[in-house]
Amino acid sequence: MAKFKGAIVVDTEKCKGCGLCVVSCPTKVIELARDVNGKGYHYAHMANPDACIGCSSCGLVCPDTVITVYRMKVS
Amino acid sequence: MTATTELKNIISEENLIYSKTPVLLDNEMHYCPGCTHGVIHKVIAEVIEDMGIQEETIGVSPVGCSVLAYNYLDIDWQQAAHGRAPALATATIRLMPEKYVFTYQGDGDLASIGCAEIMHACNRGENIVVFFVNNGIYGMTGGQMAPTTLEGQVTATTPYGRDCKTTGFPMKISEMVSLLPGTRFVTRQSAETPGAVRKLKKAVKKAFANTREDKGISFIEIVSTCSSGWKQTPVQSNEWMKEHMFPYYPLGTLKDE
Repeated sequence: MAKFKGAIVVDTEKCKGCGLCVVSCPTKVIELARDVNGKGYHYAHMANPDACIGCSSCGLVCPDTVITVYRMKVS
Repeated sequence: MTATTELKNIISEENLIYSKTPVLLDNEMHYCPGCTHGVIHKVIAEVIEDMGIQEETIGVSPVGCSVLAYNYLDIDWQQAAHGRAPALATATIRLMPEKYVFTYQGDGDLASIGCAEIMHACNRGENIVVFFVNNGIYGMTGGQMAPTTLEGQVTATTPYGRDCKTTGFPMKISEMVSLLPGTRFVTRQSAETPGAVRKLKKAVKKAFANTREDKGISFIEIVSTCSSGWKQTPVQSNEWMKEHMFPYYPLGTLKDE
């Protein structure tokens, strides 16, 4: 049972869909969307939000700093 | 109670643990998807914010992809002629010794045309920080061979792979400057995993602390990728870097006095 629940918010219009967050996520939360943003990139999104532990690995490796990470303690 | 409501509960101001630092401007970076420059800019910006030195920091941007770094970091900037960033930084720190001055250079800029400048700046031990972004290629001009290109690496100007018989060997700049008595801190880092980014941040912090203590030059090489130049996806280039670059350019601190 996870002690922390996390969530990320992606600035989808700025995301360039490089996929570095997808491989850095230890719990496989992030995937690239089927849709594209205004520039034509498949942006990152939370495909599996329940698994997120808010470790901020995705935010650290994101070259365009489009990911904001939130974390909450759950009992 | 659905997952959406729960998500809304998590996304609130008090649960925020990671967001963009205000030192990074809102301008969209012109770099290709997955470019390591973005990560390095972010790390420098975060350290500047953590140390509270935004008003006292002056960056010197090079010629290359990162020439437009002044559009992304909210600090004072200068732009140097190709390879001459250490010379400009020397003048700046000597005129304003209370400031934090850093140069941000690629391998084409620092290792090729600016090789003399960096060697002498390191030998003089100027009180500056040097960021050397080594991706083994001239990125902006279309992926030509750089001094740091690995043996056998295919680039626009070495379509059959770099032949060391005619073009010489890949230059190990960090090893070279670590032998100079003027340097205080020489390290080689990378930025491909969360752990590597944290280590890089630590090194950047140490480098700026050296400037604060008037210790002399700190040299940080960052082994990085150029997915457009290498003709690979960002994830593939990270794998390629780990497999080929790291054995020749081993990570770690070479000198810390």
